[in-house]
Amino acid sequence: MVLKIQEEKTFVKKIQTGAKPVTEVAGNIVYDTRNLNLWYGDHHGLKDVNLGIYENEVTAIIGPSGCGKSTYLKTLNRMVELVPIVRTSGEILYRERNILDKDYTVEELRTRVGMVFQKPNPFPKSIYDNIAYGPRIHGIKNKKILDEIVEKSLRGAAIWDEVKDRLNQNAYGLSGGQQQRICIARCLAVEPDVILMDEPTSALDPISTLKVEELVQELKKDYSIVIVTHNMQQAARISDRTAFFLSGEVIEYDKTDVIFQTPADQRTEDYISGRFG
Amino acid sequence: MRYIDETAVMKRMTKRITFNKVWKALFFLATIFALITLAILLFRIVTQGIGYLNIDFLTNFASRFADKAGIKAALVGSLWLMGVVAPVSIILGVGTALYLEEYAKKNRINDFIRMNISNLAGVPSIVFGLLGLTIFVRMMELGKSILAAGFTMSLLILPVIIVAAQEAIRAVPSEQREASYGMGATKWQTILRVVLPAAIPGILTGSILALSRAIGETAPLVVLGIPVILQFLPDGLLSQFTALPMQIYDWAKRPQEAFQYVASAGILVLMTVLLLMNSIAIFIRNKFQKRY
Repeated sequence: MVLKIQEEKTFVKKIQTGAKPVTEVAGNIVYDTRNLNLWYGDHHGLKDVNLGIYENEVTAIIGPSGCGKSTYLKTLNRMVELVPIVRTSGEILYRERNILDKDYTVEELRTRVGMVFQKPNPFPKSIYDNIAYGPRIHGIKNKKILDEIVEKSLRGAAIWDEVKDRLNQNAYGLSGGQQQRICIARCLAVEPDVILMDEPTSALDPISTLKVEELVQELKKDYSIVIVTHNMQQAARISDRTAFFLSGEVIEYDKTDVIFQTPADQRTEDYISGRFG
Repeated sequence: MRYIDETAVMKRMTKRITFNKVWKALFFLATIFALITLAILLFRIVTQGIGYLNIDFLTNFASRFADKAGIKAALVGSLWLMGVVAPVSIILGVGTALYLEEYAKKNRINDFIRMNISNLAGVPSIVFGLLGLTIFVRMMELGKSILAAGFTMSLLILPVIIVAAQEAIRAVPSEQREASYGMGATKWQTILRVVLPAAIPGILTGSILALSRAIGETAPLVVLGIPVILQFLPDGLLSQFTALPMQIYDWAKRPQEAFQYVASAGILVLMTVLLLMNSIAIFIRNKFQKRY
């Protein structure tokens, strides 16, 4: 058993070689979660979560099913409120303002914090209208500006070359991987500060997954990214920091290479070496 | 030790397969029974009515003489009626459905409202007629007008439209709404740009089917006291009018045999209108339905 763990660790090391070294100096903090508790009715979904998310980094959240990782992500843009029985306590400071405050409007928050979902969910509209959706709801009507936003966003999501000749076709005609990149482009069109990704590659084939992962690496130059994933190799490949959640608690949160090579907690080690989860 | 004895299984096999065939035949007969009855009815009406069905029948007013009797006043009256019922019931129905599905919190009061809207759809139409008579004809003093009858019919089909619209709205995947909210859209923007475009085919289909019920409904009109024999066309919403089912009812209860044929011709006109409306509903559903 011990040998197996050793092997796993060398594997993790192997896939990390070639990745950029993590910058030692922590950048500005974007999200500061303090003593966050969350209940679904009687179920205590998140327990005393304390977590800092840094600018221009990819923060991965890993953990077994039902550990609260998606719930935490959805709290960051208050999407969790769509479930009516949810209660929260504690605070989440986004750029130093508590987003759980009653007077923080969700529309404002979600304009700055974009989200990419597990299942690609383009609108049954043309590719162009999908991308222009965000700018339009924020009041941009000028066709020329919209054209520019659409091109810039599609380029940003590395899908411009694939769709530039069929912007007026329905986005549902695209493959799953392309649809997901359309969703990323649609999110970029609002020019967010943070992008939340909820298992964005779990419905995709390996090649599309690779494309999305490369894209995430590219995007972190301009955005701060929080990504929930059930794929530990993915977390190891693309993230700068990793938080390990278990039963609603943050067991360990550190630089990704620390988590994957020298985890402090036995449970983290057990999880990343595949002994449960 | 095996629990399943193969020879016993094989023995039962023939019996099971026969049973399967028997049930299939029974269900087929059930289907055929309804279809044959309908076919006989249609055949009778067509053979009786077709002789009276011509341009004169469509352009003449009612008459004491069977061969001069026409359906003009009733046909135009029914169209006027639809002109009131369609906007009133669709606007109120879709508004209610949107409120219940998108805005209303899930609590006991709203659950109670939801449940009772479905119950309301089962209330006999004559009760709605009495309601219309009290409120619209007497209290609001609209008289036996198109407006009073239109409001009454709207109330009658409102539950059906609400339920249809609720189902169409519920069928829009929640991922679609989340995508919109995720970009900072308000609820109203999400409804207007995501929910309604996806739900409109379903809403329209349900509404048109409900309207075709309203156009054939007789009992509320009888209770409201809508006249039958009119020699003029309505000239406004407060004008008196008559409607297709009233006219047919009147002809069918006359003693002269010739009027039975006239009634059949009237039924043919009504059914043509109904089929036309239902075809529009099917066309809309097939053409605009979105798949996810």
